[in-house]
Amino acid sequence: MTKRMFEIGGGSLVTRRSALKFGAAGLAAGSMLSMPAIVRAQADAIKIGHLTPMTGFLGVLGEWAVQGIQMAAEEINAAGGVMGRKLEVASEDSINPDTAATKAQRMLERDGVAFLMGEISSASALAISQVAARNKRLFMALGPRSDTLRGKSCNRYMFCTDIPNTVMVNAVGSSLMRDNMVKGKKFAAVTSDYVFGHDLLRAAKAFFDTHGGNIVSDDLVATDVTDFSPYLLKIRQAQPDVVCLNLAGNQVTNFVKQYAEYGLPFPTVGFNLNTADAWAAGLGNLAGTWPTVWYHTLDNPASLAFVEAFKTKYGKIPENHAWIEYVSLKMMAQAMEETKSTDSEALVDYLEKGAEFDILKDRKAYFRSWDHQLIQEAYPFSVKADATDVIDMMELGAAVPGADESLEVIYPTREQNPCSL
Amino acid sequence: MQFVFLMEQVVNGLVLGGYYLLIALGLSLIFSVGGIVNLSHGAFYALGAYVSIEIAKYLGFAGGAILSPVIVGLLGILFERFILRRFYTADPILSLLVTFGFAMIGEQLIRILWGAAPIPVSMPAAMKGPVMVGDFLFSRYRLFLLAVVVVILAGIWFLLNKTAFGRVVRAGIQKPDMVAALGIRLQPYMTAVIVLGVGLAALGGALFAPITIVHPAMGAEILTVAFVVVVIGGLGSFWGVIVAALMVGVVRGVTIHFVPAAGAASMYLLMFLVLMLRPRGLFGERIEKFE
Repeated sequence: MTKRMFEIGGGSLVTRRSALKFGAAGLAAGSMLSMPAIVRAQADAIKIGHLTPMTGFLGVLGEWAVQGIQMAAEEINAAGGVMGRKLEVASEDSINPDTAATKAQRMLERDGVAFLMGEISSASALAISQVAARNKRLFMALGPRSDTLRGKSCNRYMFCTDIPNTVMVNAVGSSLMRDNMVKGKKFAAVTSDYVFGHDLLRAAKAFFDTHGGNIVSDDLVATDVTDFSPYLLKIRQAQPDVVCLNLAGNQVTNFVKQYAEYGLPFPTVGFNLNTADAWAAGLGNLAGTWPTVWYHTLDNPASLAFVEAFKTKYGKIPENHAWIEYVSLKMMAQAMEETKSTDSEALVDYLEKGAEFDILKDRKAYFRSWDHQLIQEAYPFSVKADATDVIDMMELGAAVPGADESLEVIYPTREQNPCSL
Repeated sequence: MQFVFLMEQVVNGLVLGGYYLLIALGLSLIFSVGGIVNLSHGAFYALGAYVSIEIAKYLGFAGGAILSPVIVGLLGILFERFILRRFYTADPILSLLVTFGFAMIGEQLIRILWGAAPIPVSMPAAMKGPVMVGDFLFSRYRLFLLAVVVVILAGIWFLLNKTAFGRVVRAGIQKPDMVAALGIRLQPYMTAVIVLGVGLAALGGALFAPITIVHPAMGAEILTVAFVVVVIGGLGSFWGVIVAALMVGVVRGVTIHFVPAAGAASMYLLMFLVLMLRPRGLFGERIEKFE
């Protein structure tokens, strides 16, 4: 085999690119091209490919994602790295599913990354996860929340760290139930028209069906829509008790600003919100109850220390995507340190075995072996009426599930989730 | 009641059309003088929003909305002098590329100056909320917007049709050589029209900031709609832009009333139908540079 490779490598018909690839494969048998510099670099640093949208309707979240993961890398490196090696995280803009897949392939094939992390769009995450599975390399999906992604489209090499749609619905739902805002109530739903929105609507419908709420109107909105006024008039026509929002990214900001502008009287609940989108709405525009995976006021020493460190470094409060990227890289560092490996198979096996991770919350988190979701606490939060600063505008509710319940009660069950690994 | 809701969508659509008009009109004006398809129009719109927010910190919302178009419009002088001027007679592809590059530079510049995170903006409390006329519901702020658009349209129409300035500009658009032969230097007029176009974009940004998300890429979003409007109306046509903007607004509203999911697609369908019947748009004239 080795001999054959030498022959091919010397042949004039082979392109430089494939020669390099063969060269990398043939290293164990002795180097034939001038590779030592590359070899040394690989031994020094562990490269990680990080994809996240920095433009488009989710683009405003990407900056936080990059800052969070880079801060984690710096902290890990300052403490001596992983197995004595430095981490090198290359962050790139994934824009859309096509670009995400192309860049993922390039990162694995040419840039020599050990594994992939990132993404916020569920559609792009699906594309990346297919590339990762084909290459048998680990992909830690940090921001996407679609249940379908984690159910029907799950695979051995993908792990998901943010809370899924079902959990967001359950987190808000628990607080709605407490306020008697579900049973017998009429809901007008407005939903983002792509995989994530459809999925969130499905989770919301399942929740209302179980608890006696009715969806009386149900409108899909394309992701590039920035003016919601015709939809607002439709909501008025439906005369609901509650408006239920299944929107994503900057759609949320545009919607709540225009909802306040038209002054409709119905209370709103949202099943998806990122704090950057809430802050962007400005004072006096956001209302209602929303779910969150984490918020900077979470009263926990580790979490508060993270917020302080982030503020010192970037001069601003971290958003939930900064937090998720930060704790996720720390989880991967723990996994590599424990397995003494960067090999995807070894890391997958480790994560599947139920290792516990400190994610700056009261309870530790772990990956469920049969669907690879990070099982953790979630929170409802509501809008303070008298806030004077956008950063101060949300009030975090108590963690769900309660301390005496299993963390899994808010997650999709085996019956609800078609994934089996 | 069903009829009321449909009429409400039509009226709201007309107001929405006014909202697109502000951006599309500037785009069309800039096109008509030098044959420049200004892809950086959206960047000026975004800049207008950001500058108005900075000014509003000291002078309030009205101060921002009035001064921002003036300041950004003055940048238009530099834009015309150092960039656009070189491309009036060149292949349109070149000006497309240059202004596209400028759009990216502009967006990145905003990101460097103000950060990628969106800027929170709220409208003055007095303007928030609905106005009810019988069963009809209107947004108070958008009625104000509509009033501004009507005043501006009237002003521009007057400027182009009833003043010496307008006569030279119109003559310059039709027969630049003749104007030059008469001993009139067209250049300052070109500059003034570009300043006007850029200023309109900035005014749009300042006025829309309270009802839409303010972030560096906001220009790219509005530009798509503005282009559809200009293409439907016919490149360079004043009345074409007005009719097309109102049509797009109404068609969107009515489509969303019946088939919400098709709301975004409806304006492209409208463009398709119009271009099938009139390849140069509703009021478009033959433009040699592009044919």
